[in-house]
Amino acid sequence: MLAANQYLMVGVILFGIGVIGFLTRRNVIVLLMCIELMINGAGLAFVSFCRQTGSLDGQVFVLFAMVIAAVEIAVALSIVLLVFRNRATLDVDEMEVLKW
Amino acid sequence: MVEATGLFSKLWLVPALPLAGALFNCLLGRQVSNFVVSIVACGSIGLAAVLSLLLFNSFLKLPVEQRHIELCMYNWIPSGDFVAPIDLLLDPLSMVMITMVSGVSFLIHVYSVGYMSRDESFARYFFYLNLFVFFMLLLVLAGNFKVLYIGWEGVGTCSYLLISFLYHKHSAARAGLKAFVVTRFGDFFFALGIMLVFVQFKSIYFGEVLPRAHEVLTPVMATWIALLIFGGAVGKSAQVPLHTWLPDAMEAPTPVSALIHAATMVTAGVYLVARCYPIFQLSPTAMSTVAVIGLLTAVISATIALVNNDIKRILAYSTVSQLGHMFIGLGVGAPAAAIFHLLTHAFAKALLFLGAGAVIHALHEEMDIRRMGALKGHIPATFWTFLVGALAMAGIPGLAGFFSKDAILEASFTNGGVLLWLIMVVTAGLTAFYCFRLFFNAFLGEKRWDPHVEEVHHPAPVMTIPLMLLAVLAAVGGYMGVPHALGGADRISSFLAPVFPPAHHTDGGSSSKSLEIILMVVSSLSALGGISLAYFFYVMPGNREIPERLRQTFGGIYDALSNGWYFDKVYQVVFVDRFMGAANFFWQAVDTSVLDMTVRGLAGLVLGGGAVVPRLQTGLVRWYALFMVAGAVVIMGYLFL
Repeated sequence: MLAANQYLMVGVILFGIGVIGFLTRRNVIVLLMCIELMINGAGLAFVSFCRQTGSLDGQVFVLFAMVIAAVEIAVALSIVLLVFRNRATLDVDEMEVLKW
Repeated sequence: MVEATGLFSKLWLVPALPLAGALFNCLLGRQVSNFVVSIVACGSIGLAAVLSLLLFNSFLKLPVEQRHIELCMYNWIPSGDFVAPIDLLLDPLSMVMITMVSGVSFLIHVYSVGYMSRDESFARYFFYLNLFVFFMLLLVLAGNFKVLYIGWEGVGTCSYLLISFLYHKHSAARAGLKAFVVTRFGDFFFALGIMLVFVQFKSIYFGEVLPRAHEVLTPVMATWIALLIFGGAVGKSAQVPLHTWLPDAMEAPTPVSALIHAATMVTAGVYLVARCYPIFQLSPTAMSTVAVIGLLTAVISATIALVNNDIKRILAYSTVSQLGHMFIGLGVGAPAAAIFHLLTHAFAKALLFLGAGAVIHALHEEMDIRRMGALKGHIPATFWTFLVGALAMAGIPGLAGFFSKDAILEASFTNGGVLLWLIMVVTAGLTAFYCFRLFFNAFLGEKRWDPHVEEVHHPAPVMTIPLMLLAVLAAVGGYMGVPHALGGADRISSFLAPVFPPAHHTDGGSSSKSLEIILMVVSSLSALGGISLAYFFYVMPGNREIPERLRQTFGGIYDALSNGWYFDKVYQVVFVDRFMGAANFFWQAVDTSVLDMTVRGLAGLVLGGGAVVPRLQTGLVRWYALFMVAGAVVIMGYLFL
C-alpha cells in the first residue's frame, strides 16, 4: 500500500505539469486541458489528505469540483468555438485585445 | 407687541420698493435708457418716502402705548430654540429713521441724476444706490438682531461697492477695500455681541430682549454685551480708533459721500447704540466708554479738519466729529438728543456734501480749496444753500444744528461735568472755523482757480432743487426739538421717550432754565468766534499770510494734524506692513514652496505611476497566469519561511 505522501506527490506533479503547460503552450484547447490537469492535481491532494485524516469532507469537495470543472469546460469550449469562428485562430497570444 | 393692521401692514413696502428698483436696474438697467433708469431709481425711493410720511402721519395718531408695531414677514431659520424670522419693528425710533433715510435718499437720488448724467455706468450706480437704501431701511426697521445684522452688512457691502465705484482707479479700489476691512473689524465684535445676547436671553427679538435686559443681565455681562455692540458701532460710525476709513471713502462719487458717508450709513452705529440703549444703561462703564470715544473722536477729527485742504475730506472729518458728538450724547444719557442731532446733521451734512459736489462739478473735478475762491457770483444757488448748511453745521442759533448740538451740550454739562462741556464748546468753535474756512475759501476771496478752468459748469436744476429742499430742512429741521428753556415743547424727545426708558443713574432735565440759556449763549459765542476767525483769516484782505505764518511757527503740530494724527501711518506700520509681511511669508515660504510642492509631487507621482502600471495589463492570458503563479510562490515562501 502506498503511503499518503505518494498520492500527494502525484497530485503535486499533476498540478505542476498543468502550470508549466499553461505557461508554455499557446493553443487554447491545450490550455484548457492544462487547467483540467491542475484541477485534478488539486483534487488528488484533497482525497489524499482525506485518507490521512479519515474525514469525508475533502471527497465531497472533489465531487463538487469535478461537477464544476465539467460545467466550466463546457462554457470554455463554447467560448473557444465562438472565438475560432470570429478570428480563425486558437492561439491565445493573438487574443489580446482586452488590454490597456 | 401690537400686530400690524391697516396702513401699517404695508410697512414691508418701505424697504421692498427700493429693492424692486435695485433689481430692475440690476437686471434691465443696461437695456433701457438712462431716463428710465433714473425714473425707476428715484421713483422707487420717492414712493418709499411718501409711504414713510403717510406711516408717520398714521403713527402720530396712535396712542403712545401702541406705538410699537411688529410685522413678521416669514420664519427664516427655525432651529430648536432659535427662530430667525424676518420681522420688522416700527416704533418711534425706527419711524423717524425711515422717514429721514427715505427722504434724504430721495433728494440725493434726484441730485445724482444730474451729477452722474455723463457716467457710462449710470445703471450700475443706481443699482448700488437703490440696494443701499433697501439695506439701510431694513437695518432701521429690523425687529431682531439678525435682520439688523443683515442690513448692517448689506449697507457695508454697498458702501464698499460705491467707494470703489470707479474701480479702474487704484486709489478708489484701495479705499473701498480699506473701508470694508476696517468696518468688518468692528462688525466682528458686533456679531459676538449678538451671539452673547442670544446665549443670555435665548432670544434675539428686540421686543423680548430689551425690556428684560435689567432682569436677565448681570452688570458684568451687560458691560460685555454693550461694549461688543459698541465695537460694531465704532467701526460703522467711524469712531476713533477705526475712523480712518471714512476720509478715504471720499473716493466715492460725491452724492454717495452725502448719502452713505454723511447722512445714513455712518449714523447706523448711533442708531444701533440707541436701539440697544436699555442694555447700555445697565453698564456705567459702557456708557462712559461711549462718551469718551465720542469725545476723542469729536476733538481729534475736528482738529484734523482745521488744516485739511481737500473739500470732501474736510467734510468727512467733520462728519466723524459730529458722529462723535452723537456718541457723547448717547454716553451722557441723552439718546433723544443724539438721535435729534443725527437727523439735523443728516440734513446739514447731506446739503454740504451735495453743495461740495456742485463746487467740484463747477470747477471740473477740482477738490483742493486752495484752488477755489470767488464762486459766489458763478453758482449763486449753491452759494446760498451751502451758506445755510455751514451755518447749521456751525450751530448758529435758529438753524437745525444749533438746537440738536445744544441738547447734547446741555446733557453733557448736567451729566458729564464742566470739563466735558468745555471741551465740546471749544470743539464747537473749531467746527464753525473749519466749516467757514471751507466756505470762505471756496466761495469768497479772489479767484485762485486752476488756469485750465476756463468756464464754470453750472449745476442743472435737477441738482439745485434738492439742494434747496435740503437747505430748507437744514434751516427748519431743528424746530422739532426746540428746548423747553426757549419756550419750545421739545417734541422729538417726548416722541422718542417710549423707546428710551428713563435712566436710573442719571437725572436729565435738572438744570435750570437760566443755566440752559447761559450754556446756549456760550456755545453760540464759540461758534461765532470760529466763524469770525475764519472770516479774519480768509476773507479780510491781506490776512491770508497769517495762517501761513502760524503754520511755520507750529510746524510740528501742523504736520501732525495734516497727517491725521498719524493714525494711518501707525496702522500702516503696525498692521498693514506686518500683515503684508506675514502674507508674503505664507505665500512664498509656505504656500509656494511647501504646499504647492507637496501637491504637485503627489500629482506627479500619480501621473507617473499611471503611465507605468497600465502596461502590466497586456491582454496576454499566460502573462497573467505567470503573475498568479509568481504571487502564489511568494505567498507560499512567506508562509513557509
